[in-house]
Amino acid sequence: MKNYVIKRFLLMIGTIFIIASLTFILMHLIPGSPFEQDRQTSAAVQENLRAFHQLDQPLYIQYFSYLKSIATFNFGPSIASPDTTVNELIGRGFPVSFELGLWAIGIALVSGLVLGVMAALHHNGLLDHLCMGIAVLGISIPNFVLSTLLIQEFAVNLGWFPAATWRTPMHMVLPVAALATAPMAIIARLIRSSMLETLTQDYIKMARAKGLSPMRVVIRHALRNALMPVVTLLGTLMASILTGTFVIEKIFAIPGMGRYFIDSISTRDYPVIMGTTVFYSTILVFMLFLVDMAYCLLDPRIRLHHHKGQA
Amino acid sequence: MKPHEQDLFPPEWLQPAIRNTGDLHNTIERPYVSYWQDAWQRLRRNKLAMLGLVFLLALVSMAIFAPLFSPYSATAQDLRNQNLPPSALHWFGTDDLGRDVFTRTWQGARISLFVGFMAALIDFVIGVAYGGYSGLKGGKTDAVMMRIVEILYGLPYLLMVILLMVVMKPSLLTIIIALTITGWISMARIVRGQVLQLKNLEFVTASRTFGASPGRIIRKNLLPNTMGPIIVQMTLTVPSAIFAEAFLSFLGLGIQAPHASWGVMTNDALPVILSGDWWQLFFPALFISLTMFAFNVLGDGLQDALDPKLKK
Amino acid sequence: MNTLPLLEIRHLSIQFRTHGGHIHAVRDLSLAVPPGQTLAIVGESGCGKSVTCNAIMGLLPQQTAKITRGEILFKGQNLLDLDAKAMRQLQGNRIAMIFQDPMTALNPTLTIGEQLTEGVIRHQNLAPNDARRKAEQMLSLVGIANPHERLGQYPHQLSGGMRQRVVIAIALMCEPELLIADEPTTALDVTIQAQILDLFSQIQAATGIAIILITHDLGVVAQIANQVAVMYAGQCVESGSQRDIFYHPQHPYTQGLLQSVPRLDMTRESLRPIPGQPPDLFSPPPACSFYPRCPHALVVCNKVPPKLTTISHTQQSLCWLQDLRTRSNLSACL
Repeated sequence: MKNYVIKRFLLMIGTIFIIASLTFILMHLIPGSPFEQDRQTSAAVQENLRAFHQLDQPLYIQYFSYLKSIATFNFGPSIASPDTTVNELIGRGFPVSFELGLWAIGIALVSGLVLGVMAALHHNGLLDHLCMGIAVLGISIPNFVLSTLLIQEFAVNLGWFPAATWRTPMHMVLPVAALATAPMAIIARLIRSSMLETLTQDYIKMARAKGLSPMRVVIRHALRNALMPVVTLLGTLMASILTGTFVIEKIFAIPGMGRYFIDSISTRDYPVIMGTTVFYSTILVFMLFLVDMAYCLLDPRIRLHHHKGQA
Repeated sequence: MKPHEQDLFPPEWLQPAIRNTGDLHNTIERPYVSYWQDAWQRLRRNKLAMLGLVFLLALVSMAIFAPLFSPYSATAQDLRNQNLPPSALHWFGTDDLGRDVFTRTWQGARISLFVGFMAALIDFVIGVAYGGYSGLKGGKTDAVMMRIVEILYGLPYLLMVILLMVVMKPSLLTIIIALTITGWISMARIVRGQVLQLKNLEFVTASRTFGASPGRIIRKNLLPNTMGPIIVQMTLTVPSAIFAEAFLSFLGLGIQAPHASWGVMTNDALPVILSGDWWQLFFPALFISLTMFAFNVLGDGLQDALDPKLKK
Repeated sequence: MNTLPLLEIRHLSIQFRTHGGHIHAVRDLSLAVPPGQTLAIVGESGCGKSVTCNAIMGLLPQQTAKITRGEILFKGQNLLDLDAKAMRQLQGNRIAMIFQDPMTALNPTLTIGEQLTEGVIRHQNLAPNDARRKAEQMLSLVGIANPHERLGQYPHQLSGGMRQRVVIAIALMCEPELLIADEPTTALDVTIQAQILDLFSQIQAATGIAIILITHDLGVVAQIANQVAVMYAGQCVESGSQRDIFYHPQHPYTQGLLQSVPRLDMTRESLRPIPGQPPDLFSPPPACSFYPRCPHALVVCNKVPPKLTTISHTQQSLCWLQDLRTRSNLSACL
């Protein structure tokens, strides 16, 4: 198992490195980059930029200093808000985004599993069609569309929840709902098909033939095996939740990192774009790594793969 | 031997039976149905999938013809008729610049469908070429190619797309490029998986002994047999491409004003919600959702139809 | 010997509902298993033997399977009258079942120990430590070395033959009175097959457990069966002791089966498979199901369904050829 962990860890570092390099290349080698000529910024800002990114130096030195700054998590000053550094923006926004994302994935996981398992257990029955109907709708309505609909209905028309910002738990309901719906639907569909397949396996018949209660058969025997594909998918889901936070934060005016990211896109605040991109990617890749570890724990075949000699 | 037992059967019944032994060797055959016909029949039975198919056909026709026949232009502004609710003159109402929402919706349909289909097509071409070649060659080449794919797969898709759009000038072309830069990976994996299964079968080996080039083997032998999963994948790529385009437009990175794309329309409609002009948001939102829904149920239906081992 | 049978099936009929119609999988089946003995159920694929055993265990798919007639009496109690909860008291406890493929019969994510002990903990309220000790004993009983280590291992770490032994051990944990084995050796090598069958004999001698063994392999029947039931197209066409079936087969189907098994001392010409296919069970044949393939069929065989004929106190046959009425008339004609 150690080999597996090490391999995934190295892969993670490699991926971050590639993303950082790609970002660097994109920002520098494509014409029109602000590092070459900047129209709207003052001399002071230009000076700041030049100093931090060492724009006077040849490209490869810039590259290395860039890598160094990434490794030390120091992304330099922002263009649009010259008094703040990118790090400060991240520090301010990330905890909010993280909270939003965490709630979303938590709710998506729990409700998705419940929905999908119930559907599988009532295969071809009314409950099955109902749950799967909800699920297809969930993946078909884009989250930004859903957000606007939720605001329209629950905030404007019914007035149950506030439409913007992030102050109280009531504020969290609509944004989390909008963000969690699609992942919930995906999880539900996946666990349903995985359960259906698992339930046809011989060891399930064997468990039933032992006289175990249906609940135990489903949870202890079926679910443990059916969860594998869902765990595999968790990584991709986290990526989509992450990108989902961009729009959700914009629509609901939530002061998270996503909103700074979106704003920086419209203002072409390149240091912020670069810094947040690399930061996001790092978080994501790290989450994927954690998911790989979880997978390893769940499946004894992988855990013991490198201890083959015991049969 | 009791008397009544004797008369139980007429004596001729106790003779050996004469049967046509030819019947024994005639097994009842079902009428021959090809794989595709079988799949089509199964698809037809899936009412939801057929509904999706019909909707999509209707959508495509409307997208082609509606802007042609509409008396309004999708981009011409008419500031006297701002924010009109749906009426007989403007079936979907007008937006805050007086443009007819109906026409703009179908213009948006054109763009979204175009982007979707192009993305699926390019993913198909690149994916099949890459995956097919990798699977066919096997060995070291395959290992290296798959390593590359694994790393690329680890890059967050939408993040990369956003980044690309930031540096490229947003236009239809650049959007399609951005979407397909990493979108082909799933297709490549599927194709490679199929190829690995098929390449050791005899008809492929036969082709090889005739000196067929890898390209020809892929086209003639492998592709027809892997079309099932490929079609399903393409059907599911389209909605994710449409989603990505709408997402980009929503962020201001996609289609630019005054052109209409569903994402742009949704974005423009946001500030107006609070004042109650619901139709500007409703129609593009409805159509994005319905289109994605239709593609998804069609894709599901195709998957069930082409790979019947699962489910039922 | 007229001891009460441990398990008795009376006039059991089972149908399945499918898209294409109703399949009459089991038709008016009657069987008996004496305590402490092995009954082998022999037949081709699709003859209904697995369905019957699933019915005994209460494992039929509820949505599609319907028991239209009959009783399954276990120690005098009709299992079909029991609700699910009561049935669960018996499953794995008084009646156990093992399946064909050892590679898929064990849960890959649970240890051997967990799978061995969960049944006995549930049924006999054993403490976990006691359960583990019993599990070790059971593993030794079925011939697995190092039982203590094995408890902590996972199925993928064991070979096919060992896995099947584990499956048997699991089935025996609660000391059931009846073991149903659905083709337990089909997926194994011939040498392992012999060992597993030996194991069955040993266990039966030691514990007095009754065994129902499903198989399509007459070699298996020859090795350990006391009683044999031959099934065809959902019916039991002949039943008797092992000796009866091998030395005095009455039903043409049984005779055909015996003749189609290759033996080393046969000449090439004497191997005779039974021509044709089993009938379509969507609409079962109105009279004798074996009629189209039977080399000795009479006209009456296609007109009236045969009745069960008692040949001796151990043997019965479902065939007009043995029926007194036809026999007497036949001899009158000849």
